Amino acid sequence: MDSGLISGIVTAIFIVVFIGIVWWAYSRGNKQAFEDAGRLPFEEDNAPISKGDSK
Amino acid sequence: MEATTYNYKVVRQFAIMTVVWGIVGMLVGVILAAQLIWPDLTFGIEYLSYGRLRPLHTNAVIFAFGGSAMFAVSYYIVQRTCQVRLWAEKLAAFTFWGWTLVIVLAAITLPMGYTSSKEYAELEWPIDLLITVVWVAYALVFFGTIIKRKTKHIYVSNWFFGAYILVIAILHIVNSMELPVTLTKSYSMYAGVQDAMIQWWYGHNAVGFFLTTAFLGMMYYFIPKQAGRPIYSYRLSVVHFWSLNFIYMWAGPHHLQYTALPDWAQSLGMVFSLMLLAPSWGGMMNGIMTLSGAWHKLRTDPILKFMVTALSFYGMSTFEGPMMSIKTVNALSHYTEWTIGHVHSGALGWVAMITIGSMYYLIPRLFGRESMFSTKLIEWHFWLSTIGVVLYIAALWIAGVTQGLMWRAANADGTLTYSFAQVVNTMYPFYGIRLMGGAMFFSGMLIMAYNVWQTTRLGRAVNDAPIPQAVHA
Repeated sequence: MDSGLISGIVTAIFIVVFIGIVWWAYSRGNKQAFEDAGRLPFEEDNAPISKGDSK
Repeated sequence: MEATTYNYKVVRQFAIMTVVWGIVGMLVGVILAAQLIWPDLTFGIEYLSYGRLRPLHTNAVIFAFGGSAMFAVSYYIVQRTCQVRLWAEKLAAFTFWGWTLVIVLAAITLPMGYTSSKEYAELEWPIDLLITVVWVAYALVFFGTIIKRKTKHIYVSNWFFGAYILVIAILHIVNSMELPVTLTKSYSMYAGVQDAMIQWWYGHNAVGFFLTTAFLGMMYYFIPKQAGRPIYSYRLSVVHFWSLNFIYMWAGPHHLQYTALPDWAQSLGMVFSLMLLAPSWGGMMNGIMTLSGAWHKLRTDPILKFMVTALSFYGMSTFEGPMMSIKTVNALSHYTEWTIGHVHSGALGWVAMITIGSMYYLIPRLFGRESMFSTKLIEWHFWLSTIGVVLYIAALWIAGVTQGLMWRAANADGTLTYSFAQVVNTMYPFYGIRLMGGAMFFSGMLIMAYNVWQTTRLGRAVNDAPIPQAVHA
């Protein structure tokens, strides 16, 4: 097996892994879970914060 | 009994030291910039010579300033987004004193001339061992806290911190493989081009995982908090995380274009560097778009200005970097001041500015105050920093391109058009502008120190920040 074939196979694997990650991140089933995770920094304070620190 | 409060003590210690080491590291940088103009500035004292102060500057700003900032924010964010107190607090306290000892040892040994001569890994073997012990303790505290979390999800910042802690451990151990000869001298286990490749695999990933991944974790928490809205797209942040980590690992060879490194490895480094543009800009857009609908806050909030300007510099330097990795561009830019300009566009524009913005958010909260002592002074700091960076990098762009063109200029008979000294002479005005820009950035840090000191004086050390008791699914 020459190095060109190996690089080809590795490139193909990486593309498949990347597509898999994108599919996982954007699949409908995971939408709610990711939105919940995105709100984590705000769950510490009971009320949603909107004030900055510009005083 | 289960803890009901967060551990702010270790966060506070690291946050204060971030400001202190920032000032020390940048002061050394200003001295170095002045030495380039006036080589006899330090009266020929060997401990203050350019070659010994330069690694002190890079180690101080990266590992002392940047490192302390990362310890502070990662301990803060991991607690608050996992809603638990730090795991193994004694170990966490050890990381503070251990890391501070590493920095002090670096500040002693580097001016004395003890160095392994590997860029960004100059410290000799006993200090390398201490770093390893501290880093393992850090990993235990961080991942221990993740494991005992009360929230279901692991927030994206913690993913970035986890990658940073893990990769830095691997890089440090592999690159620091050395054979001690005496207490203060060791030799690398690798030789020749293998040594160079391992060094730049380390060096580039120190940029990738220390100065990028870690600070992106900072960005993903503090920008949403300061803007008062969740990150623009959490799903994009997931793709950002994995693609950035996969690609960064392979970009190191671009530091060795046109060297003894095999040609295919050089091209590989170039291609992966070009690919890096995609995740880098995806992440930048994600941060900036978080402000969509809240752009007006930028007018009045200098902390947000710091953060958004940091992202803009991140975008600029992650465009510039891939361009510079292209072999034909690299043939012109390498070994010139352009590289130094590029590094500072990333280090001052991105790393320092996102850190400064985050510290202005964090420090009042650690001292029981709504905001910093003076918002006006933050505004001053912002403008000094921004104008300072722009002067710095613009001067070095022109200097670098000029230098590159002069070096390659040849007469019809094949001899060089310019002598080396002529090129150095041409650099003077640009070195002057660079010194001015650097001094402005440094003076902004002094304003920050005054503002922080006043904030701590008026506030109180908070040790009773409550952990929310209602567990969220």
